[in-house]
Amino acid sequence: MNDVLQTFQEYLSLPFVRYAFVVVTLIALCSSLLGVTLVLKRFSFIGDGLSHVAFGAMAVASVLKLSGFENMLVVMPLTVVSAVLILKTGTNAKINGDASIAMISAGSLAVGYMLMNKFPSSSNISSDVCSTLFGSSSILTLKSSDVLFCTVMAVAVLGVFVLLYHKIFSVTFDENFASATGVNADRYNLLIAIITAVVIVTAMNLVGSLLISALIIFPPLSAMRVFKSFRSVMICSAVTAVVCSSVGIAVSILLSTPVGATIVCADIVSFAIFSAISKK
Amino acid sequence: MKRQIDCKNLSLGYGSKIVLSGLNFSVSEGDFLCIVGENGSGKSTLMKTLLGLQKALGGEIKFDGLKPSDIGYLPQQTPAQRDFPASVREIVLSGFTAKMGLRPFYSATEKKSAENNMKKLGIESLSSKCYRELSGGQQQRVLLARALCSAEKILLLDEPVTGLDPQAQAEMYEIIKNLNKSGVTIIMISHDVNSIVKYSTHVLSLGKNTFFFGSVNDYINKNIDKNINKNKNFRGGDTLHE
Repeated sequence: MNDVLQTFQEYLSLPFVRYAFVVVTLIALCSSLLGVTLVLKRFSFIGDGLSHVAFGAMAVASVLKLSGFENMLVVMPLTVVSAVLILKTGTNAKINGDASIAMISAGSLAVGYMLMNKFPSSSNISSDVCSTLFGSSSILTLKSSDVLFCTVMAVAVLGVFVLLYHKIFSVTFDENFASATGVNADRYNLLIAIITAVVIVTAMNLVGSLLISALIIFPPLSAMRVFKSFRSVMICSAVTAVVCSSVGIAVSILLSTPVGATIVCADIVSFAIFSAISKK
Repeated sequence: MKRQIDCKNLSLGYGSKIVLSGLNFSVSEGDFLCIVGENGSGKSTLMKTLLGLQKALGGEIKFDGLKPSDIGYLPQQTPAQRDFPASVREIVLSGFTAKMGLRPFYSATEKKSAENNMKKLGIESLSSKCYRELSGGQQQRVLLARALCSAEKILLLDEPVTGLDPQAQAEMYEIIKNLNKSGVTIIMISHDVNSIVKYSTHVLSLGKNTFFFGSVNDYINKNIDKNINKNKNFRGGDTLHE
């Protein structure tokens, strides 16, 4: 045990490991807060859908030979637009919310893979695709600028959730009532869509597009098993997310398992624990 | 009595499709108006228009000293709400969100008045209970308390007793009646003829191309005629078979 602790301490003395810890924790925190609203609005799959859109957009960016920050200039707007479209059609009777998510998600995944295949940016396409979908070890090569970007995003998301907490509750619980009494529900839905897109694009670089869904839905669902008020669900979801991601990243460093998958496994374990508690 | 809402020659519908036209009615302070009509007769369109969620296609609605947001609203429950993790207090307080503007938190006055509204509806002992664990009747009272927080002059109730057992229905009607007695104007959509006769002061009946607006007594007289006619027809059919 002492050996393990010592190894862990050695790892923690490395700056890139600390960066990874900070970034993972912040992203888990943001997506878990957002997740409560999305799960309750019946948009659990939006994480999956939007991350596929971001995957497609990244393929476009790599075809255009963009890199780093320029990448974001393509990926971010495309994802935000898709998020707005998905949340808008959710209220439209012609195409239901879940159908529009499935459509956009499958479509952009296919287009993205086709582009990557036809215009390869490196010789190893399958590893490119794999790292975009499942996250790469790039989490351990983060620079301090990445940490800064992530912190700014997290502060903004937290700020929105603290300042607009009651409005977000109102719009999530009963959109009809909210707009009937004069709350501009569309504006808050738009805001939620934009935050969702920003969080997902940022988180994608960390855990990859297939696993971002898990970060969004597991902590809220765990919290809802046990807690019964909106506020306690929010707080518990955030705490669970932070604990699980810290445990996950620690385990992945010590056992050299893939970061994203390990975090999600920690989330699955926590869900099982919460379910067991709720049954008692 | 002071006029609160005055609708003249109103046309309602979606896009360019007109569902209702030439509608005239008014609501005065202290009225208990029931809106009845078959499915698709435009009840919910009328309601959305009154709430300002939708524009009228023609005619005018005059609110005397009121904004559409001064109308409290008790919507029908959505499936998503039935398993929503929220305490009763959180839901009742959310009636104030529209009045908050940019202010991020509820004021002390708002919290106090939420407590009062919960007391008024007999749910103060449930205030920290979880909404999804309440009975249907209790849930409706929570939503009614929320509506009272958002507006105190007029309440618009969309089929408030649907899905409740007879006992809970009777309790709900008593609560609504008492609110009406204390001076709240009630506009209620309902299918339940007995309750309309028992509680309302005015009836607006919507049908294909025809509608009726008047006092509940006029409505009863008119309806008795109709029922007698119906019974005659029915008997006629029976004799044919004999």
